[in-house]
Amino acid sequence: MAESTASRVSPSPEGPFRTSEPLPARSERSSRTLPTRRARRRYRIIVTVLSVLAVGFAFGLLAWDNPMPVGSDGFWRIAEMRATNVVVMAVVAICQAIATVSFQTVTNNRIITPSIMGFEALYIAVQTSAVYFLGVAGILAIQGVSQFLLQIAVMVGFAMLLYGWLLSGRYGNLQVMLLIGIVIGGGLGSVSAFMQRLLTPSEFDVLSARLFGNVANADASYLPVAIPLCLGAAALLVLSSRRLNLVALGRDASVGLGLNHRRETMRVLFLVSVLMAVSTALVGPMTFLGFLVATLAYQFADTHDHRYVFPVAALTCFVVLSGAYFVMRNIFYANGVVSIIIELVGGLVFLFVILRKGRL
Amino acid sequence: MITLEGVRKKYSSEVAIGPVDLEIPKGGVTALVGPNGAGKSTLLTMVGRLLGIDEGTIEVAGYDVTSTPSKDLARIVSILRQENHFITRLTVRQLVAFGRFPYSQGRLTVEDEEVVSRAIDFLDLTDLENRYLDQLSGGQRQRAYVAMVLSQETEYVLLDEPLNNLDMRHSVQMMKHLRRAAEELGRTIVIVLHDINFAGHYADRICAVKDGSVVEFGTPAQIMTDEVLTRVFETPVTVVEGPNGPLAVYY
Repeated sequence: MAESTASRVSPSPEGPFRTSEPLPARSERSSRTLPTRRARRRYRIIVTVLSVLAVGFAFGLLAWDNPMPVGSDGFWRIAEMRATNVVVMAVVAICQAIATVSFQTVTNNRIITPSIMGFEALYIAVQTSAVYFLGVAGILAIQGVSQFLLQIAVMVGFAMLLYGWLLSGRYGNLQVMLLIGIVIGGGLGSVSAFMQRLLTPSEFDVLSARLFGNVANADASYLPVAIPLCLGAAALLVLSSRRLNLVALGRDASVGLGLNHRRETMRVLFLVSVLMAVSTALVGPMTFLGFLVATLAYQFADTHDHRYVFPVAALTCFVVLSGAYFVMRNIFYANGVVSIIIELVGGLVFLFVILRKGRL
Repeated sequence: MITLEGVRKKYSSEVAIGPVDLEIPKGGVTALVGPNGAGKSTLLTMVGRLLGIDEGTIEVAGYDVTSTPSKDLARIVSILRQENHFITRLTVRQLVAFGRFPYSQGRLTVEDEEVVSRAIDFLDLTDLENRYLDQLSGGQRQRAYVAMVLSQETEYVLLDEPLNNLDMRHSVQMMKHLRRAAEELGRTIVIVLHDINFAGHYADRICAVKDGSVVEFGTPAQIMTDEVLTRVFETPVTVVEGPNGPLAVYY
């Protein structure tokens, strides 16, 4: 069986050369993604566990502390009001997970997240300047569906400008692009920090609530716009999984195998910027979340194949997000600071997994 | 046949490649040799359309590499660079299967699997095919990449210093594999080599590159002489008769 071949530690065949006669084709020789039965079973178990957890947390968020008996009319009425949060979490989970995995693939770098391109710095700058120039009323001025769309458009436009300019010029170089993204992000951050210093304490208080990633920031009226954008961009990325597998081999190898590497990179970066913009405009910065779940997803899925990594990443992201939210809301009663628990607990889990396995 | 006509590539006012005019005939092993920074790898990557050219034309088997769609070229010419970004959770067999991408776009058919098996067997990787790339030694990994390029089943195979970081035994094995690929599979192999003695022994033709231009092109017998090698490498070289043919001694 293929399984036994995989587990056997075979010495390298450095002996005399064999004849070129092809060996009789063994039916079990296959290049499929999960080569052994054990790997397939492991993958199925992980997807099942994550799905159960996801459904459990989602149901828990809807039903916990719900005074009406499960299934009754009143129960659903209360659950419906909470359902917005669950849907927002699902949108954010898909956006962050798919965007981060894709971004890491096209940049050939497993320790960065798309937020490095300044999405969050831009979001913070927009929010801060609204309060700075318009006072507390500014927070209200940038809420609404058209403002939401505008924020997405600004973020995508900013990202495309950066990508387009840096990747198509004669200095077309991903590393330079990343560096400039970091510098611009840092610059925007400093400007925001400067403006924040000049705010009155009450204005700052209102603003800082917006600057922590928080599911409660989202308005249900944004969802009709956010859901199609998120699902559309995510679906396009998932459908290009096979090409992403190739992109992961690096530019030279993928060009050699006939891929239009630049076009593919631009396409992926555009979709990533849409996903990141939707997520950021919806709930605010979630810097660490994408990175955390992408790394965990690679550990869980244990394969390079994006067709298998994407679902695990999205599920993991939803579980982390809804789990953190559930704990904050029902155990610590510290509603609203979900990103803090994600970074704390998530960071510990992350360190544990990495140190135990010893590789990314 | 690989044809280069008036090929130029400019980096700065002092550093430039070309103009290069060269015809590499079909079949056999052709070695590109020359001092560091002469432009061997640059020439090879331009032929493999990984690097654009500023002037001139390059044709591989009659197809212009700048105008032919990359997808079609991937069935005519394959190229392997020196350093490859390697992914951790990828088995040897999965890597080699990437070579079938130009044909199957990632959806492997039974036929593709057979080609992959043949390429793996050809490079003696059969027992390692389910190992992950990060569990291999440098030499084994290098062989896996060569197997990927062979499974691409292109008439022309370009290899950029495949002997880099290989010890004596693995270097010799790699060259023997490549010779067999040329003889038994009828591939045309163009290879950048650092060691002139490997070129002299295993190549059918040697192309010497210096300062961005081709200075010599001929059979090993024509190139392996004191005069030519001393001129190309700018260091005194003496060619002596060894047990298996001429040997360049330069130390």
